[in-house]
Amino acid sequence: MKIIVLVKQVPDTTDVKIDPVTNTLIREGVESVINPFDRYAIEEAIRIKERIVGSEVVVISMGPPQAIAALREAISLGCDNAILLSDRKFAGSDTWATSYTLAQAIKKLGDFLVILCGKQASDGDTAQVGPGVSMHLDIPQVTYVKKIEKIDAKGAIVERMTEEGYDVVETPFPALITVVKEINEPRLPSLKGKMRSKKAEISVWTAEDLACEDKNIGLDGSPTRVVKIFSPSPREGGQMLEGEPEETSKKLVDALKDVVIG
Amino acid sequence: MANMDPIKVINDKCVGCTLCVKSCPFGAITMENKKALIDTTKCNLCGACVEVCKFDAIVIEKKEKEKIDFSLYKDVWVFAEQKKGKVQSIAFELLGKGRELADKLGVNLCAVLLGDKVEGSCKELIERGADKVYLVESPKLGAFQDDPYTKVLIELISKYKPEIVLCGATTIGRSLGSRVAVKLDSGLTADCTGLDIDPEEKILLQTRPAFGGNIMATIISPDNRPQMATVRHKVMQEADADPSRKGEIVKENYSDEIYTTRTRLIDVFEEIEGTINLAEADIIVSGGRGLGCADNFSMIKELALTLNAAVGASRSAVDADWIPYSHQVGQTGKTVCPKLYIACGISGQIQHLIGMKSSDVIVAINKDPEAPIFSVATYGIVDDLFKVVPLLTKHFKTMLKK
Repeated sequence: MKIIVLVKQVPDTTDVKIDPVTNTLIREGVESVINPFDRYAIEEAIRIKERIVGSEVVVISMGPPQAIAALREAISLGCDNAILLSDRKFAGSDTWATSYTLAQAIKKLGDFLVILCGKQASDGDTAQVGPGVSMHLDIPQVTYVKKIEKIDAKGAIVERMTEEGYDVVETPFPALITVVKEINEPRLPSLKGKMRSKKAEISVWTAEDLACEDKNIGLDGSPTRVVKIFSPSPREGGQMLEGEPEETSKKLVDALKDVVIG
Repeated sequence: MANMDPIKVINDKCVGCTLCVKSCPFGAITMENKKALIDTTKCNLCGACVEVCKFDAIVIEKKEKEKIDFSLYKDVWVFAEQKKGKVQSIAFELLGKGRELADKLGVNLCAVLLGDKVEGSCKELIERGADKVYLVESPKLGAFQDDPYTKVLIELISKYKPEIVLCGATTIGRSLGSRVAVKLDSGLTADCTGLDIDPEEKILLQTRPAFGGNIMATIISPDNRPQMATVRHKVMQEADADPSRKGEIVKENYSDEIYTTRTRLIDVFEEIEGTINLAEADIIVSGGRGLGCADNFSMIKELALTLNAAVGASRSAVDADWIPYSHQVGQTGKTVCPKLYIACGISGQIQHLIGMKSSDVIVAINKDPEAPIFSVATYGIVDDLFKVVPLLTKHFKTMLKK
């Protein structure tokens, strides 16, 4: 039985800076990393594998050839196998086409128990690909999961985060689960894992391998289109309040009067 | 194969101005012999270069889709999220923006309300601008569950064919909208902060932040209907209630099959301690590493209580177990945009700023004058928060007569 993890390689946002002159993203030295939320999905998948005898963790990513680095890292953390979905035909995919392509790969793999992914990617922030995959595969989903209370080969009882607290939800398998940071504390790669990741064979699947219909992938499979990209208007210059605490706190409260009383 | 690529530079038109090189978020364009050259292993076909080029020298070819008859699709729909029978404020925010869009298009604004014995809330939705409310009631729709909600919404959209469907970018809205859009082959834009109608094409212009708010993108879904978007909390102005407004209630009944669900909701817990939820709060008071220990959060909570605010926290405060994760603001926590955000003892790492910098007014209190939080602050105080915060509470209490 396979436990599938979907990961995305994203720019390390701690490094994203805007060039004050050209107002564009500064790319030099920006490293690519595994989407931070997907790290929790990887860790949870490994923990599930440790609980369900005879299961293996397969990690899948869709992206350019260099995304293979993210998959090697996933293997160093304990994933058993990795597959990269890479084809120029996938370029320009929005969340519809991306979730279709990932679902095609999962269908090809078959025999899976559960699919895990982070609640969203840190570059696009859409939170749409996980749910999209579950719809393409017509399986149940539970999003924003912060804890797996109980799990076996038939299903799981999980805690789903809400705005006010959390819901306890039972789902049969196969299912798709998206996870939040609270679910676990990801481990670091082991030395053995690092050695293994260097040698691991990573399959690369193309549109043809996945029997994708051209009208459903890449630009043609994407209903949304970006028509404009611009820099957000910078914040108005702030005001520093100076003086003794008694004075500054009074000034601040006066300044905020309209906002607070509204 | 290279000439088969969807993106092309028309060399006769390219003047080598390098605007495209600067615009590319992926660093995929270089200049070769004063002509733009696109590295297709890096290019993501995002279209930033096409837009910026003043000479129409870059084109992205997309196959023409089989056109559907758009005249069949009318009206702007708002998914009215309810919890325990109470319509959530996000629905009123969507009605506010939805009214504006519907008026620009000259169509009806409709709300969709799913729940158990929620007919009484239809009036409220009409008063806030809905011309029609599509109402589906069943004990199985009382609390949100993915399967029945998805199926019912798909049925309604397929039958009545709205041209635009808006949902809140909430845990429910994002989970539901994604699945409905996939099933209906619709474009869905997440977390919009701006919506408008293109005056010529009459299509929805959806603007959203990307790369942690470092860039903004305007997105369209020109070839499919409905055009779908989720909208962030607190970005759109709530529609005012007008008790004299009239509207129509359209009840839909379905057979039991549609309400079946594969997942089962066992229990619902509310755990946000003391203060209301972060996403809907007008004011948030946040604490960070500068608080030093868990006990000192009581100071933050007291100020929050005075202002009827929610309590937020930086990642380091959460990682130190001073406060639960549900309070975390920032990249790995929640994105918020309240009217007022008061950051106490938070240095303002980029990951935190991503989550709160779109707040209307930001106050930063930190003893380090170099703290990055001051770069986004409307008002800054460089001082010891242990002295300033209790005084703020005191002065606010006086002002609010508490």
